[in-house]
Amino acid sequence: MFDLEGKAALVTGASGGIGAAIAQGLHSRGARVGLSGTRVEPLEALAGELGERAHVLPCNLSDSADVAALPKVAAEAMGAVDILVNNAGITRDNLFMRMSDEEWASVLQVNLTSAMILSKGVMRGMMKARWGRIVNITSVVGATGNPGQANYAASKAGLVGMSKSLAYEVASRGITVNCVAPGFITTAMTDKLTDDQKSAILTQVPMGRMGEADEIASAVVYLSSAEAGYITGATLHVNGGMAML
Amino acid sequence: MSDIEDRTRKIVVEHLGVEQDKVTENASFIDDLGADSLDTVELVMAFEEEFGIEIPDDAAETIQSFGDAVKFIKEAV
Repeated sequence: MFDLEGKAALVTGASGGIGAAIAQGLHSRGARVGLSGTRVEPLEALAGELGERAHVLPCNLSDSADVAALPKVAAEAMGAVDILVNNAGITRDNLFMRMSDEEWASVLQVNLTSAMILSKGVMRGMMKARWGRIVNITSVVGATGNPGQANYAASKAGLVGMSKSLAYEVASRGITVNCVAPGFITTAMTDKLTDDQKSAILTQVPMGRMGEADEIASAVVYLSSAEAGYITGATLHVNGGMAML
Repeated sequence: MSDIEDRTRKIVVEHLGVEQDKVTENASFIDDLGADSLDTVELVMAFEEEFGIEIPDDAAETIQSFGDAVKFIKEAV
């Protein structure tokens, strides 16, 4: 089950906690992985850890030219891109009334627009292969909203709408497009929270604990596999019951 | 019949699974040959590869019939 041997996967944001776990998960099932991210050092370290079948593909998703070039660079390095995981995401939290145009635009650019450009860039190869998997990492807050995160929530909800529309268009070509929506996961992003903040959050989580990056990776591995071939346009919520959608 | 026309027709016949004699100059991919909009995108991709040309999106939108395709490709190669 969930054998990904012979498949090539491009993972953005692979320098972060969740992205690295996703890359490890796909790699452990036999996939070749393209590790993309802004910071080269953690990517190199991860590639070293994974050994064979790992390629470091630095890319700054705030830079449109960099983003547009990435699918080609990835296909050249790995021979193809069969699986695309749009995981990279940034936050620029602020109260809506104080949110600057720049805070809004930068989050939309990295979280939503880059996912669109990358999806478009890998689509030709997937259409020809009559097989492809796109997994977009969204967030529970894209469905529930969150104070201080109008930009982030909009970008994540936008990904869901984009995924569903694209899923319609390419379903007949054996390409699926799905989302994984993490809740509160232990990462560098959530490490910044104080213990008080954490315990306040955990009162909202029936499971009574934060999620682990591996638990997101498992969902991505599943949606990337042949076994998930009849699932498209779906969002898999991995949030410990925090929002039962 | 030109070589370009033959090669273009072959792609259309193979991709859309239609009879060769249905692929006439005025045959519309969508209205006459049963293509859906995604098929037209794939046809353009196949033309690009066969002839080693690049067909930009705005030009691709004007290629509606077999005749349009042959005309465009003849000019581009």
